[in-house]
Formats: sequence, structure tokens, C-alpha cells
Amino acid sequence: MANKYKVEPIGGPPSDVEELKKESNYLRGSLTESLSNRITGGLPELDNRLLKFHGSYMQDDRDYRNERQKQKLEPYFQFMLRVVTPGGVSTPAQWLVMDELADKYGTGSIRLTTRQAFQLHGVLKWNLKKTIQEINEALLTTLAACGDVSRNVMCNPNPYQSDIHSEIYYWAQQLTSHLAPKTPAYHEIWLDEEKIVDSLETNDEAVEVEPIYGPVYLPRKFKIGIAVPPSNDVDIYSQDLGFIAIVEDGKLVGFNVSVGGGMGMTHGDTATYPQLARVIGFVTADRILELAEKVVTIQRDYGNRSVRKNARFKYTIDRHGLDWFVSELHDRLGWELAPARTFKFDHTGDRYGWIKGKDNRWNLTLYIQSGRIVDTEGYKLRTALREIAKIHTGDFRLTANQNLVIANVTSQKKTAIVALLKEYSITEGAQYSALRRSSLSCVALPTCGLAMAEAERYLPSLIDKLEPILEQAGLRDEEINIRMTGCPNGCARPALGEIAFIGKSPGKYNMYMGAGFSGDRMSKLYRENIGEDEIVDTLKPIINHYAAERSQGEHFGDFVIRAGYVKPVTDGTNFHDA
Amino acid sequence: MHLQVTNSPFTNEQAELLNKLLPTLSEAQLHWLGGYLAFYRVNQMSNTTALPTTNEVQVQPAAAVVPQGPREATILFGSQTGNSQRLAGRLANVLKEQGFEITLSAMNQYKTNNLKKAGYLFVIVSTHGEGDPPDNALTFYEFLHSKRAPKLDDTKFSVLALGDTSYEFFCKTGQDFDSKLAELGASRIVDRVDCDVDFEDAASGWLGAISDAVTVATVSAIGGTAATASAATLGTTVSAGTAGATAFASSTAPSGVTSQAAFAAGDSAFSRTNPFKAEVLDNVNLNGRGSDRETRHLELSLEGSGLTYAPGDAVGVYAQNDPILVDEVISIMKWNPEEKVITGKNGEVSTLYDALLYHYEITVLTKPLLEKAAAYSSNEKLAELVTPAHKEELKAYMNGRDLLDLLRDYAPWTLAPTDVGTLLRKLPPRLYSIASSLDAHPEEVHLTIRKVEYEAHGRNRKGVCSGHIAEHLKPGDHLPIFIQHNPNFKLPIHLDTPIIMVGPGTGVAPFRSFLEEREELGAAGKTWLFYGDRHFVTDFLYQTEWQRMLKEGILTKLDVAFSRDTEEKVYVQQRMLENGKEMYAWLQDGAYVYVCGDEKHMAHDVQAALLAIIEQHGGKSKEAAQQYLSELQEQGRYQRDVY
Repeated sequence: MANKYKVEPIGGPPSDVEELKKESNYLRGSLTESLSNRITGGLPELDNRLLKFHGSYMQDDRDYRNERQKQKLEPYFQFMLRVVTPGGVSTPAQWLVMDELADKYGTGSIRLTTRQAFQLHGVLKWNLKKTIQEINEALLTTLAACGDVSRNVMCNPNPYQSDIHSEIYYWAQQLTSHLAPKTPAYHEIWLDEEKIVDSLETNDEAVEVEPIYGPVYLPRKFKIGIAVPPSNDVDIYSQDLGFIAIVEDGKLVGFNVSVGGGMGMTHGDTATYPQLARVIGFVTADRILELAEKVVTIQRDYGNRSVRKNARFKYTIDRHGLDWFVSELHDRLGWELAPARTFKFDHTGDRYGWIKGKDNRWNLTLYIQSGRIVDTEGYKLRTALREIAKIHTGDFRLTANQNLVIANVTSQKKTAIVALLKEYSITEGAQYSALRRSSLSCVALPTCGLAMAEAERYLPSLIDKLEPILEQAGLRDEEINIRMTGCPNGCARPALGEIAFIGKSPGKYNMYMGAGFSGDRMSKLYRENIGEDEIVDTLKPIINHYAAERSQGEHFGDFVIRAGYVKPVTDGTNFHDA
Repeated sequence: MHLQVTNSPFTNEQAELLNKLLPTLSEAQLHWLGGYLAFYRVNQMSNTTALPTTNEVQVQPAAAVVPQGPREATILFGSQTGNSQRLAGRLANVLKEQGFEITLSAMNQYKTNNLKKAGYLFVIVSTHGEGDPPDNALTFYEFLHSKRAPKLDDTKFSVLALGDTSYEFFCKTGQDFDSKLAELGASRIVDRVDCDVDFEDAASGWLGAISDAVTVATVSAIGGTAATASAATLGTTVSAGTAGATAFASSTAPSGVTSQAAFAAGDSAFSRTNPFKAEVLDNVNLNGRGSDRETRHLELSLEGSGLTYAPGDAVGVYAQNDPILVDEVISIMKWNPEEKVITGKNGEVSTLYDALLYHYEITVLTKPLLEKAAAYSSNEKLAELVTPAHKEELKAYMNGRDLLDLLRDYAPWTLAPTDVGTLLRKLPPRLYSIASSLDAHPEEVHLTIRKVEYEAHGRNRKGVCSGHIAEHLKPGDHLPIFIQHNPNFKLPIHLDTPIIMVGPGTGVAPFRSFLEEREELGAAGKTWLFYGDRHFVTDFLYQTEWQRMLKEGILTKLDVAFSRDTEEKVYVQQRMLENGKEMYAWLQDGAYVYVCGDEKHMAHDVQAALLAIIEQHGGKSKEAAQQYLSELQEQGRYQRDVY
């Protein structure tokens, strides 16, 4: 079946990153040499770009930047390492390794990312190789945690609640490994394995090394997630490619497929915008690897390789149209998707506390502020989790909301874990307001090079200011998704926050409202470039209005549209419209 | 050292003449001759390129000169996201097509001492946050807004500002540069353009306007008379010549006569006995946050002093004692700080407080001091301590103690303020190796000073001078100094001789001076620096400067050792041994070896490493290696400045 919508890939001179990938000889570049250079703790820009594919990138402590420049010292270069954990699942033994590495080479904290991965921060260049080796010894990898490839595949983190969940976790693993880069560069550079192939020039050899990606990989990162309704915890519409589990009569029959979501944009450039994925049909589970591979190859061939900020899959689809895409996909598959089945999401947040699953196993979801596993004065969270990991026989699961599930716990172990939680005064989060528990923020300052404003370090104190207002309005237990990022690249999926802040400069944010509570509608810009006082002054009357006039079960994001504060965003292409 | 045909590049006749002359020269004459030779050489070179002298130009029509030499433009950008940088690249292309020689640089990479010679200066800069300059513009921004910013009367400029109108302080940084440059005397050839986020059109308009403006400027220069050939144009022509000529152009003045005068040392009114009160221009801690050390980079102004120096020389600093320590000494003795005491040979008088603060050493105990003090103490134990039988005990007591300890430990005293002059030594000046080149920083001298601080006998103690500089000295303050010439630590006379420099810690100071000098002279010789300290992240003194020099080839090789970053301590001598083969090849190529820093451990270990390298890679016996090193030393090819 020929694609009746034949289009030409967008042209234009390849961006510098494309040239770099081409010359890198399958992600090798001059990384080995640059890592052994003792004169700088950093990497040259080109190698840093390549390093992302290996799961790390260079950062510097921006709190120190100006003072060090005056001291004639280079920036305080350090590396972030991201560990691939499909569906966010790790064993207690792996948890203990991450915990140890955080002290040995990192800054003493572990971060749980919004994509269910571990992050270590503050690793010095000289320690990168040792850290990566120890991660691999624990049967984890950092390969493809960042870079222009398919990333850590997300899925609902509570697989043992039913057979459905363990099945989708299986598919998350399969998708992750099927789409992982196949280049031996990673093993050569980090794991001291012998160099297998040298420079590969011909097309045949390229197919051999990277059968899916080819020598220049994808034009941009590619994100895949699996959701199990009614929970949309993975924010399926923010994914480049989404699989929505369809369960009929208690059995997983297959997945609805969604394509073309993505959060990132650039301030002041309306050609960039967040977009929600659209559902294009249904497939049975046994065909999703084939389908994912074909979707990825379409983006490989048609994505914009000239302008990086327009390179995400969402722009490829919007440029040529959804009909073209579906037709091209059918063409490549040689078969057609079935019509989408019905499903319903009703929330994106996590459910805290102990839940009994199948086989009488228990699962505890703990609220983790900003996903930071760290010991602070009076709250020894990291120590407590280390002690739990030592006795735990189930597994740990990171959630898409940066929380943690201690999963698959026997009744006997439950008693021991409860005792440990009590010993360290760790709570599941009940003492926090629903707003705080529904908050999400990115890392931002001081380590993220893109950040224009604070996020993780600041959102908790902004919530301190909002809580009394909610308390007074009687909304302490009302879940409102609140999200903050330090830049418009969207790591904490801000366009899907019912209240969202995107950083513009230190202390100043653009404020958005009106997202759907279940992650099915984006927020709209409400106020531009405002600081804390204006934020609080702006929100107070709206919150009071909401408390007074909301209808039964009406969520905040829906209310602000009904009340006329903002217009609904119906598509990413009208996100910027006034 | 006797010159022979075999150990020098001279003919028999030349060597004889030199051998006759050199031994008769005084220290000052030798120093003067060194400077004279350097200038003589440069002047020779510029003459061989047949460049017009000032006199010749004045009688020629400018049109005969201007079209031949390329014009110069400096484009500086301050960029956070890369937009300014890209636009700067575009401007560079536009100007290259017009025949300009371009200096294109991020502001923080730009050597500000070139600013005065910029001719055309174009600034492209964005604004961030609340009107702040981008990170890589900050140091240059502060420089231009400091009192060290030069007059720019001969500079033509224009500014392109990038910003975002949704911010309160739209394009503020660009505006600041624009008004500051005008204030410094530069003339604006195209009005500043402020761009919003969609900057393309506005920026292109600005680029076009620049292109038109410089075309007009060329036409009028060619069409003009001799008077329009400005000094700046001449400077451009000269610096476009050979490396030697570049060095000439980069010295302080455009005319040879003035340069020559600058080399005539010894005409300064200031000396060790009459120190110059140098204004502090900058005082920065070079150790990053989290370091257990503190090393000050001190920049002093020599303006108006007539003081000159060469790389390898040192500065003597007259510091003052810690006022807290002075107070404690006075209070324990129940003295009156205002009491007048004689402090000078010629009967100069000052208050007791000032005498203890400025004139006498109170932080060190010496044997003569204790012996004299015994006469003023009725404590028998002190009298006993200074007897020959208690020599070791005395030594142990003096170690790490100061005057305050003595006064506390051996009361009661009959000591009066007027006895202070008899008892105490004059506070000696501290010598620090100079860390700058005078050519690179005209009328400035830079020092690298590590703060000495330790605890002994239950009290926290500080180095007199380093403590004062680290804790009290601020820009604008004055420090009494003099120049201490050091003829035994000098760069080779030939610019193409390779040099190996070993300088861990503050021992690296003179090598900054060496390398800056070689950069200014356009020296072709290879350079190799060995540096070490405790921690890479916080203790890599002058790291970004070495990185720039490596990138630009001024520094050929840099090997570093940080002793506390790894389980096993690594020092510079290990790095030397690792590179032994190549080091020996450099020595065989005529390289000079310089060692600066700690004498007790480092210099000893470095010498042992050198000997091992000569032995192993030269295939020599221990004795032959020793002989080889001795010969290097005799030839002045192994020089040390250790302390």
C-alpha cells in the first residue's frame, strides 16, 4: 500500500550536532583522550555532546561560576550521571549500589527523575569511568539515558498490583533494550572492552552497527511511555510515543498508540510549543516492538536535522500532518492499526501509603520532595531507605512523579519496614498538603546549564506561601497539580500542570493555568514574568473564587477555564495564542 | 661564566670582546644592557621589514601607506545562548571582506591590555536576568567600569545589544557598554541597535550600517592629507609585520624613543630604603571555595614610580604586624600605646603602637632576643634557658612562639617601651617572586602570596605579610614596596631556546611572568610547565590563564600533579619521571630548566628526579649525570629560585 501522502524530508544544512554525530564514529569521538586530559575537569563542547549518549553530561556549579572566573579558575565542572531503569524498577542490591556511589563519587544525594531514572550529581571527570563501571557491575547502565535516541521507557510503577502491571513492565524493558544503541563505543570507552570495529564507512556496515538508528542516530531525543488507565501518571500525552494499555475482562488485549507529544519550547519563539500526543489506533501487544521501531525510523528519516529546536517528533508530525504519518507508518509496517479502543484517565498523581497487591504482597508509595533522596537535619531519608534496602526482598520503583514505591513486600517484611520508617520518622506524605504532594519540579539551579531560574530549590518555599491560602479556603486536601521548571525545556512537564511556572530569570516566572487534571489538556499563559509577591497576589483571589464557586468534583484546571481566567488550549499549535 | 666559541654562538673575536667587557660591568649596568639588547633586537627586526619610521611617514601622503596595511577591528561578544557569538562571527566575515584584520573574542577571553590599540571596536552583547551581563561578559564589563579602564580617544566603536522586551531592563548591558565606551573617549561610528528576541532584521540592519560606515572611513582616509594618517593607523601597519615587530608595537608607546626610555632602569627614586607606596589594584583569592589554603593574587600599580623589573625579579614588601597582636603585647605589659619611642637611626620618633605595628618584628623569637630579654626579666627560668647548657631547650621554646608568648611566660618584666628598640629586630621586608611581565601589564606588578596560618602552642598564628595582605589589604590601599632584581633567575637571551619550568604551589609565580614575557616578545621557543598543589578543583593557581596559553601555543606542555585527589599522593617529580624521555630530549635540545618554590622538600626531590632522568635516558652513570647537571648549572641552564 503506497503512501498517498508522499512528502520530502525537510531540508536545510545539518546542524553542528548532526555533523558531530556523523564524525563521531558511532559515539566514540575523542572522549577517551578528553577524559584523560588533566588540565581541565571539563570536556570540550563536542565531546560533551557525545557524552550525553553515554548517559552523562557536564554541568558546573553555577553558584560558583562568577567567583571562580575572578579567581582564574575554570568553572566547577562536574558530571551528572543518569541511570536507565525501565519503568523505574530496581532491586534492593542496585539501590544500595546507587546509595554508595552517591557518597563515593557524588554529592551525597540521589535524584529520582520525572522519567523514573536515577541521577547522580557532582561526579568529577576523574571519577566518571569508575562510577560507570560500578553502575554496570550492578547490572544497570547509563547508555542512552540522554542523547538523540530513545530514552528510558516509562511505565506505571505498580506492576504487582495486577497481572496487567507486570506485563507492561515486561514491555517497558523490551522496548528499552530493543531501541538501545548497539554501538560498541560504550563498552570500549567505559568498560575497557577491546575496540571491536574501527571506522565504518559503507552503508552496509552502518546497518550492521546501528540497524535502527544508522550513523547519525535521531534528530533529537525520543520519549516513550506506557500508561494503564485510569492512571495517567506517566503523562502519556507528553510522550513522543505512548502506549495506553487496554484491559478487557481483566486481560491485557493490547495498546492504543499515541504519537507526537512533547513539552519543550523556547521563550519568545512561537514556532516552538508544547504539544499533546494524539491517539492513532490500536495494536496487540506482540506487535509493539515492531511498531515502535517503525515510528522511530520515520522520525529518523523525516525529523528536522537542520534546526534542533524544531527537531522533536511533534514538529515532524505537525509539519506533514497526522494523516501523512499514519499512512507512512502503515506503509512501513505493511499492516494497519485497528481503530482505537475506549479508555478513560482520571488522574496523573500518585496514590500514597500502603496498598495490598496480588499474592498478599504490599506496596508502599512514599512522597519524596522534588525526588531528592538526601539526609537532612531531622529527616534521614537516605539512611532510612538504605536500612530498608538491606532487609527488603521485593523491589524499588521510581514513579513518574518523582516518588518512590517500596514494592512487593511480604506481610512479615512489612512489619520490619514499618518499624524502620517509624525509627527514622519517615512518613508517606500524609502530613503534607495535597498541593505539595501534587508538585513537580526540575533540578534547575545550580547545576543545570539551561536553567534561567530556580525550580527544585524554590518550589517548596513557594508552596509554603500558598498553603495558608488553601488552608483558609478549605482546600488543604484538594489535589491541584502544580509544576515548576527553571527553563522552557519542560523536564517537569509544566504545560500539564494545572498551575505551572516556567522560569524566565532569577525570581521571575511565566505563570500558566488550566491544564486537565488527568493530563489531557495543556495550560495557558496567564501572567508573564512575575515574582513571588505577584504570584501569591494573583493566585489568592483565584483560589478563593475556586473554593467558593467550584461545582461538585470540579478540578482547578477546569474551573479557571469555566470562570474565564484563561481560554482552553485545544492544540499545541494554539498554545501561544492570546 | 667565560664565553667561548664552544659554549656560545659567537666568533672568537666577538667572544674576546665580550669577555673583556662583561666582567667590568656593574649590576646596574648589566641589567640596563639586558633591556637595551631586547629593545635593540626588536628595533633591528622592525627595520628589516622596511617599515616607515615616524619621521618618514610625516613627509609622505597618507594614501601611500594606508591601503597597504590591513586595517584592524576587534569584535567582542558576550553571549549566554550563542546568539551574540554567531552575530559576531557574521560581522567578522563582513569586515574581512572589507580587508580588515579581525580579532574576534569572547569578552572574558580578551586580553584587555590590547584594548587601547583596538582601532575599531565592536561590541555585541546580550542582557540577562535583571539587567545583568552574560557570564562571559562579566569580567570585561567590570574592567571597563573600573578605574583601570583606559582612555579610548583613538577608538571607533559601535554596540549591538540583544535582549527581550518582556524584561524590565531590556538591553541594559548593551546600553551600559555603549555609554561607557563613549565616556572613555571612543567615537561612535554607528548608533547602538537594541534587538528584541527576533533580532535578525535589526541585527542585519546594524551589520549593514557598520559595513557602510567603515567603507566611508576608508575613502576619507585615503583621500585625506598626511594629517589624517592617525597614530592608530600607523600602529596597525607596524603590528602587521613580523613577530618581532608585533612585540615592538605592543610595548607601551608607539615611538621607539619612549620604549628605550622605559628600559633605562635605575632612574627610579624608589628603593629598598625608600620604598614606593604602591596602590593596590586588585587582591583576589586564587583558591576556590572549599580549599584549605588561601593564595592571594595581588596587583599593584607602579604608576609614577619609575620602577621597572624583568621576569625572575622579586618584589620586597614592607608589611605591618597584626594589630590584634600589637594590642595584646601592649596590654599585657600595661604600656601606654601613645608613648613616644625612637624608631630610626636618625632619631625618628613614633608612638609605641606604631613602632610595634610598622617597625619591629614581634612574631619571631631569636636567640639574641631572648638573651637580651633575660636582662629585663626577674624570672630566673629565662636566665637559665639562655645558658649554653639549655641550647636544645631554648631552640624548642623558640619554635612557633612569638613575643607575646615570651612576655606571658617569663614575667615579671622591667622592660620599658623605650627598650623596645634595643630588644627587637626591625621588621624585615618580605620578598615575593614577581608573577607578571611588565610588557604585558605596563606599570603594574603582580604577586602570588600564600597566606601562612597555623596553630601552635594553643594559639592561631599568621604570617606577618601574607596575613596582612589576605585579611586587610583592599584595592585602593597602599603597600610599601621595592624591586629586588634577581640576575640568577632569567629567561634565556634567545627567544627560541626551549624552557622547562617546575613550580608547584606559589612557585609558579615567576613562570607566569616568564610566559607572559615570551608571549609579548612573540618568542618561538617551546615551553613546558610542571605544576602541582593539593586539589585540582580548588588549588590550580592561574588555571584559566594556563589553559589559554596552552590553546594559543605560548605554553607547549603542561603537566600537573595534585597530591590530595588520589589515595596515593602524586607530586611534580613523578610527572617529570613519567615524561623523562621527552625531558631529556628537551635538555639535549638546549632547554633551560627553572625550579621555583619550596627548598626543603620539593627542590630536593625535583633535583633527584632530574638526575634520575639524565642517568636513565642519557645512559649515564650517577657521576656522569651529576656532571651533566653541574654543567647545565654552570651554563646558566639550571636556575633555581627556592626558599
